[in-house]
Amino acid sequence: MKITYPHMGNACIAIEAMLQKLKLEVIPPPPISKKTLEIGTKHCPEFACMPLKITMGNFIEALDLGADTILMAGGWGPCRFGYYAQVERDILADLGYKFDMVILEAPDSRVSELFRQLQALGQNVSIVEAFKALKFAWYKLQVVEELEKKLAYVHPRALDKRKAENIYDLALEKIKATQDKEEIDKLFHTCLASLDQIALRAEEPLRIGLVGEIYTVLEPMANYNLIRSLGRLNVEVDNSIYISDWLNDHLLGGLVKKSHRRQLLKCAAPYLNYFVGGHGLETVGSTVIYARQSYDGVIHLGPLTCMPEIVAQSVLKRVSSEEGIPCMTLYFDEHAGVAGIQTRLEAFTDMLKRKKARRAAIH
Amino acid sequence: MKTVGMPRGLFYYYYYPWYKTFFNDLGARVILSSPTTRITVDQGINMAVDETCFPIKVYFGHVQELCQYDLDYLFVPRIVSVEARSYICPKFMGVPDMIRASFSDLPPLIDITIDISRSPRDFQEELYKTGRLFTKSRRRIKAAYEHGREELKYCQAIAAQGYTMAEAIDIWEGQEEKGSWNSDLCIGVLGHGYSLYDQTISLDIIGRLRKMGCRVLLPEALPGERVEEEASTMPKRIFWTLGRKMVGSAFIMEKKPEIDGIIYVACFACGPDSFIGEIIERKIENKPYMLLVIDEHTGEGGLNTRLEAFCDMLRRKRRQKIEDNLPAYG
Repeated sequence: MKITYPHMGNACIAIEAMLQKLKLEVIPPPPISKKTLEIGTKHCPEFACMPLKITMGNFIEALDLGADTILMAGGWGPCRFGYYAQVERDILADLGYKFDMVILEAPDSRVSELFRQLQALGQNVSIVEAFKALKFAWYKLQVVEELEKKLAYVHPRALDKRKAENIYDLALEKIKATQDKEEIDKLFHTCLASLDQIALRAEEPLRIGLVGEIYTVLEPMANYNLIRSLGRLNVEVDNSIYISDWLNDHLLGGLVKKSHRRQLLKCAAPYLNYFVGGHGLETVGSTVIYARQSYDGVIHLGPLTCMPEIVAQSVLKRVSSEEGIPCMTLYFDEHAGVAGIQTRLEAFTDMLKRKKARRAAIH
Repeated sequence: MKTVGMPRGLFYYYYYPWYKTFFNDLGARVILSSPTTRITVDQGINMAVDETCFPIKVYFGHVQELCQYDLDYLFVPRIVSVEARSYICPKFMGVPDMIRASFSDLPPLIDITIDISRSPRDFQEELYKTGRLFTKSRRRIKAAYEHGREELKYCQAIAAQGYTMAEAIDIWEGQEEKGSWNSDLCIGVLGHGYSLYDQTISLDIIGRLRKMGCRVLLPEALPGERVEEEASTMPKRIFWTLGRKMVGSAFIMEKKPEIDGIIYVACFACGPDSFIGEIIERKIENKPYMLLVIDEHTGEGGLNTRLEAFCDMLRRKRRQKIEDNLPAYG
C-alpha cells in the first residue's frame, strides 16, 4: 500500500510523520504548484470551491507518482467539505485511476472512533504504537506552529526579511525530514535562537487579524502567499485558526488543550446567532475579539463561492461599523492574480497606517 | 389587524400555504411581496453581497420591497433543517443575520429557527412560539398549525398533478387551473424550487419548455419515499435536503421510459448544486442530460438556443430510434 494525502499548509509535516509511524509507505503529493491547480480545475465542477480543485490536483499528481491509496477527511455538512471525498472518488474513477480511498469521517467528538480508524489503517500496528504515532504527530504539529507564531512576530519587525524567511523555511524542511524527537527539539531551539538574533525595526508594526475559511488561511498556495506579503509590508498578522486548535475542538472534543472556542462563539452574537457550517461563526467571533483587542484591521479570506464565509462577509459589514474595525474580504479562485492581490493589500495597509497615525496625532 | 410581511422567495415555494393559513387563522393579515421582477433583482443586487447566489439576492429584493410597507412583523425564518441530519444550505442558516446586517429600517423580524435536527418537534414548537405573538390561546395556535399542515398537503397534491409549486400555490389561492399543454416530448426538470419556479430567476424555463411542446416532470410529482430510496443508493448519505431530493429524483427519472431527457437548473455560486449537478451528470448514463447554470446575467437568447437545441436533439433521437447513435449529453 502506497498512501497519499492532501496538502494543507504545514499539516503535511504532521500527517507524514503519523503515517510513517503507522508503518505505511507514504507518497506525499508534490508541493502545490500552478500545475496542481490547473489539473484540479480541469477535472472539478466549475463553481466548486478552490480547496476541492487543489486537493484534486494533489491526488492526481500523487497517483501519477505511484500512490494507490488516498487518505481523506469527511464530515456531515452543511459545508461542502463533507462531500469532497465522494465527488473526488467519482471523478478519479471516471479518469481511470485504480485506487482505494480511506475516508476519516469526523467522529462526532468520539476520539476512540477516530483512533480505531487510524489503527485499522496501519500495517500490523498495535494500539500502543498507533497511540504513539498520533502523539508524535501532535508533537511535531505543536513545534511547527510555535515556529509559525515566532515567525509571525519576527517577520514584520525584521530589517532583513529574506533572512527570517530563510531560517524558518530551512528549519521546517529539516523538521519535516527527521522522525527523531530529540533532533526536532534541537532544530526547534536553534531556529528560535537564530530568529531572535535578527535585527528588528524600532517602529511597532500594524497588527491585522486573519480570519476566514481554514484551508484558505493555512495554505499559502490557496491565498497566494498572503501572510508573507503582509509581513513584507511590515504588518504583523495574527492567525485566528491553527490546525491544532481545530483538531482539538472538532476531533478531540477539547481534550488536549484549553479551548477558547466557547468565548469565540459568544462574541459572534448578536451579529451571527446560529452556526452556519464551516468557519462562518468563528470568522465573525474572531473579528469581534480582534476589534475589542484594538487590532488595526481584519482581513477575511475564503475560497470563491464558499457558503459559510459569504454569510460571515454579509454580517462583517455590520461588525465593522459597530465595533469600529476595518475589514477587508478577499476571495480566491484559480483566476486570482498576484498583482491585484498585492495592490489591494497595499491599499488596505496604507489606509490602516493613515488611520493609526491620525489617531496617534489626536491623543 | 396585525400584518405580517412575507418575502416571495426561498422557501415560500415549499411552505407558503402552511404559513399563510397559520397566520390568517390567528387573525393576522399576510402581505406578500409581488412576484419577482427586474426591479426586485436590481434592488437585491444592490443590497446583498456580490458573492451570494442569485436566489438570496432576489430574496433581499423582496425584503426591500416589504420595507416600504407599514408592517407589524416581517417573517424571515432561519431554516436550518427540515428533516433529521440534513441541512438546506449555510446561507439559509444565516438569512436573518444577513438581513439585519444589510437593512437599517426593518420592521420587527420574526426570525424563528427551524432545526429539526435539534428536535423532531422543532418546527411545531417554533411556530407555536410565533403564534403567541398573536394570541394567548394555545388551542387556537394548535388548530392553526394543524390547519396549515392540511393546506400545504392539499397544495402539494395539486403540484403532484404536474404543476410547478408556484402554479400550485396560485391554484390553491383560487386561480383557475391552467389548461393542458400539447406535448410530444417529456422532460424531467430538476432544480431548487426557489430558483426553478421563480419565473424571473429561471427565465421561465418551464414555460419555455412547455411552449416547445414538452411535458415537464418535476420532483414534486414523484413519490417521496421512492425518491429517498433511490437517493440512498449513494455511497454516502447526501446531507443537503434538496440535493438528496434532486439526486433521488434524477435516478427515478433515468429509469422512467417515458422521459426523453433530463435538465438540471442550477444557480451559479450555489454550493450544494456545484456538487449535485456533477454527481448526477456522472451517474446518469442512459438519458440525455443538460446542466443549465443561471445567474443574474443570463440572457434569454442563449437560454432559448440551448433549450431548442436540446429538444431538437431529443426529437431527432426519437425519430431515428437508434439509441446509441448520439452522445448522451446535451
